[in-house]
Amino acid sequence: MVGGGAGVTTPRTMTLNMGPQHPSTHGVLRLLLELDGEVVVRCVPHIGYLHTGIEKGLESKRYQQGIPLTDRLDYLAPLSNNLAYVLAIEKALGIEVPERGQTIRVLMTELTRIKSHLVWLGTHAMDIGAMSVFLYCFREREQILDMYEAVSGQRLMASYFRVGGLAADLPPGFEAQVQAFLTTFPSRIEEYEALLTQNPLWRQRTVGIGTIRAADAIALGVSGPALRACGVAYDVRRANPYCGYERYQFEVPIGRVGDVYERYTIRMAEMRQSHRIVSQALQRLAPGPINVADPKVVPPPKRLLKTSMEALIHHFKLYSEGFAVPAGEVYQAIESPKGELGVYLVSDGSNRPYRVHYRAPSFVNLQALPRMVEGRLVADVVAVIGSLDIVLGEIDR
Amino acid sequence: MTEATTGTRAEGLVLQRLRAHVGEALLDVKVWRHETTVVLAPKDLVRVCRRRRDESELAFDFLSSVVGVDRLNLAECSPRFEVVYHLYSLQYKRRLRLKVRVNEGEAIPSVIGVWESANWHEREVFDLFGVPFEGHPDLRRILMPDDWEGHPLRKDYPVEASPKWWEEEPA
Repeated sequence: MVGGGAGVTTPRTMTLNMGPQHPSTHGVLRLLLELDGEVVVRCVPHIGYLHTGIEKGLESKRYQQGIPLTDRLDYLAPLSNNLAYVLAIEKALGIEVPERGQTIRVLMTELTRIKSHLVWLGTHAMDIGAMSVFLYCFREREQILDMYEAVSGQRLMASYFRVGGLAADLPPGFEAQVQAFLTTFPSRIEEYEALLTQNPLWRQRTVGIGTIRAADAIALGVSGPALRACGVAYDVRRANPYCGYERYQFEVPIGRVGDVYERYTIRMAEMRQSHRIVSQALQRLAPGPINVADPKVVPPPKRLLKTSMEALIHHFKLYSEGFAVPAGEVYQAIESPKGELGVYLVSDGSNRPYRVHYRAPSFVNLQALPRMVEGRLVADVVAVIGSLDIVLGEIDR
Repeated sequence: MTEATTGTRAEGLVLQRLRAHVGEALLDVKVWRHETTVVLAPKDLVRVCRRRRDESELAFDFLSSVVGVDRLNLAECSPRFEVVYHLYSLQYKRRLRLKVRVNEGEAIPSVIGVWESANWHEREVFDLFGVPFEGHPDLRRILMPDDWEGHPLRKDYPVEASPKWWEEEPA
């Protein structure tokens, strides 16, 4: 049975269903592959198995209430999703988070990038057959999960960023915790690279595989490491800075041919750059407010509730009806670990968003998969999916 | 300060080029929070998009997203559906938002010929809002099951509902 979109199978070819329960499809992706022997003639992705109506859900929640839903989009980088959402609301409100709040946001999102890339590296290597890398990667990821827990009490779905700032300031001892991670992490990257970068088996499976030309990648809307591997230096942090990224020193690594191997080397280089940004953010951390001084948006400190009538009223209003956002529309893009993550927010002037759309980088990048695998061996499909670093949570939303 | 000024100048340039090209076709122009939004008639969409992509001074070569909005509950709700295109120029690092509005059942010309990436975006709008795209080579549902009834992101579609989309086998 051939699903919609696939044509008539000629006697020479056979149709193979890959997924949705295939470990290498990283979730519930289904690919309809038309094979001529071992060569992929045609590849039609089918998505939607994880559709949970998050955008519809956001419309029915007050602005603050929506944040935990956004964590569940790209569940490997929950804080990136939080960030795009709160930045869009802040843009519509016309407020800007104070310096310390912004620095902590940069620090946490860069740790998130490392954490997301570590899961990608571990699973990608495992797909191709290098088992041990996975164990190393999860060892370091654990340290970052501990930091998530320290700041928010949650190891995965942190919801740490709030409209107007953060849920709480950093706990005591947090800086030392990050510093300990920063000291050991460069040698850990060396370890991963020692296992893979010059490994002949790894190179045979990745070099020259799944190439895409820059012009095609742009036409298909590919962003993130997959686009930079083709030599296009588009990184939202550099092109349209937010959260004060223009004040940080970092490089945007780019590739040349856009194959699986270069997508690998670029993400490895990005982890080193994120390490640089985290160290700079740590140095920039100066005492100061983390939230905007607007009691209509940010709840007052709990201790004031017993002594200040205004604080009590603001607290009550915020938790019973939230805050209203002026009518209008904004688009806010950030560089998530996967690429351009954009939130389009339409407000009708009430306390709930009228429409929220997530431009999920995985959704758009996956569209380029057929271009990368058609005409190649079926075994390469696994390598190419891994190199795209997709998360079905944000594809299906 | 400088950023704000260059931002405004860039917005000016984009609008100036648009007006010179399709002056009469711009139904509405709005600038809010440094973001430019232009409303077009569906018939002008493809022509304007292609020109904006190819014009060397603007070079909107990257389509970020295509989003549907159901305006049913807004003060101004006719035509009912709005399809929003977020354009980006990799060279000039600028964004532009184009919009077209249609009523139930009216089709919008597909922009796949201009940006290939529009394919899945348009399928998503078709799936969740029921807005058809003319000239789309493969207009099928993308997130919902093929036999789903209704379009979930429409405002008159309930948030909480348990539609029956498979039949119980008779015992």
